[in-house]
Amino acid sequence: MDTDQVIGVKGLTKRFAAVTAVDGLDLDVRRGEVFGLLGQNGAGKTTTIQLLLGLTVPDAGDVAVLGLPLASRRREILARVNFSSAYVAMPSNLTVLENLTVFALLYGVRRPRKRIMELLELLEIPDTARRVCGGLSSGQLTRANLCKALINDPELLFLDEPTASLDPAIAAKVRRTLKQIRQERGVTLVYTSHNMREVEEMCDRVVFLRQGRAAAQGSPAQVRQQAGRASLEEVFIDLAEQGRG
Amino acid sequence: MWLRVWALFLRYVYLHKRSVVRTMEIFFWPVMNLLLWGFVSKYLGRLAGPGTVTYLLGGVVLWDLLYRSQHAVSLSITEEFWERNIVNLFAAPVRPVEIVLAACGVGFVRALVMTVSSAFIVYAAFGFNILAMGPSLGWFYLSLLVFGWAVGLFTMGLIFLFGRAAEGLIWGIPFLIQPLTAVFYPVDVLPAWLQPVALCLPSTYVFEGMRAALAHGTAPLDLLLRAAAGNGVFLVLGGVFFAWTLERVRVKGALARQAME
Repeated sequence: MDTDQVIGVKGLTKRFAAVTAVDGLDLDVRRGEVFGLLGQNGAGKTTTIQLLLGLTVPDAGDVAVLGLPLASRRREILARVNFSSAYVAMPSNLTVLENLTVFALLYGVRRPRKRIMELLELLEIPDTARRVCGGLSSGQLTRANLCKALINDPELLFLDEPTASLDPAIAAKVRRTLKQIRQERGVTLVYTSHNMREVEEMCDRVVFLRQGRAAAQGSPAQVRQQAGRASLEEVFIDLAEQGRG
Repeated sequence: MWLRVWALFLRYVYLHKRSVVRTMEIFFWPVMNLLLWGFVSKYLGRLAGPGTVTYLLGGVVLWDLLYRSQHAVSLSITEEFWERNIVNLFAAPVRPVEIVLAACGVGFVRALVMTVSSAFIVYAAFGFNILAMGPSLGWFYLSLLVFGWAVGLFTMGLIFLFGRAAEGLIWGIPFLIQPLTAVFYPVDVLPAWLQPVALCLPSTYVFEGMRAALAHGTAPLDLLLRAAAGNGVFLVLGGVFFAWTLERVRVKGALARQAME
């Protein structure tokens, strides 16, 4: 068994009626790396994350996460994984502390209060602990959601557009924190974003999805080089235009 | 397992702690309903005799118990859709049975609070003592609570299956049951062709038992046993249907899509 492989995907396929959202995708994500899942809206990024979390059942293909088969050992995997998305929220009428307490208990965290306060300090929002989530700014809310995503000290973290709707200063702070967490804890990150400069800054390797297939794969430098372009943004635009053509 | 059930239960404790509106909701509708039916019963009591008051008020209190139990279970999952938290829950190592147990626990507490407060109100305002139902009252409470859970599971399943467009069913489904289950009148008032349908519902035996208990101080054992057996069947059916719909939304990839509707 390859102990350095955190995600191993072979021939992953998901169809919704006449649309094939993910089409025979192969992925190999290594321990401790930041892996970018990129593509236009509708390219299959979110569906791929849902498939990797077992929220959606694939039509074909094998998925192994942390060396375990997802189909048969999903709960065991989910206890060691976490997830944050710009499109998913914690209940707005509970305080940050209450929400994080609930999730700490769901993930079986020992000494939840201590863990929560550590994370709030790490993300520089300790003063939000007793404020309801519905009253936070989008920057504070994103960081509170990241606290939830880190509550179980995950080995693998899925981040679906973690800096969407943040101002550049807060987005930079979030990126710094993610880098720090990765460095200190060796957590593997699967990252989606439409901000290609951010992707070049954060990701060790990327895959560009187009119509559910891997259209380009490698380190950002390799992908740029293969496409003969100066930036990932140009590669993104090329692939998007090819998709339309 | 129990730690996760407690966590999900705690989430609703926090919700009620933070939301005066949600907490008042436990009392407001039952109280309004009781007052309305209390005055109607009083008037009917003048026309038809005092027994009418006890049957109607007993029916109102017990019906609300069933209604609130179903409500609490179905609303618990709908709340997660409203808050866009459903994906967070299903991406955590939580079993569906843990979600169901927590929802049933919330239903138990809400129904208990509602029944106790209703009992005080009907006694203070209309002189109706719910304890006049005798020892069978405990059995009625449990039967209606469990049937409420079963209907709640079925409603939750429909919400998963059809998305948030089906939310109206939370309030609508109990009113499909109400005319059939002989809350305010005996089963033999129903047309002959409808009576077998009424007798398929465990709650029908509870309301028939309630009238017997109010008339004679105790409910016939066979009614209580039929209610228990019916509840067993409905609870299993509700659980199986809920599990089936959960699997179906995973196959259809509908969970996240519904959460974002």
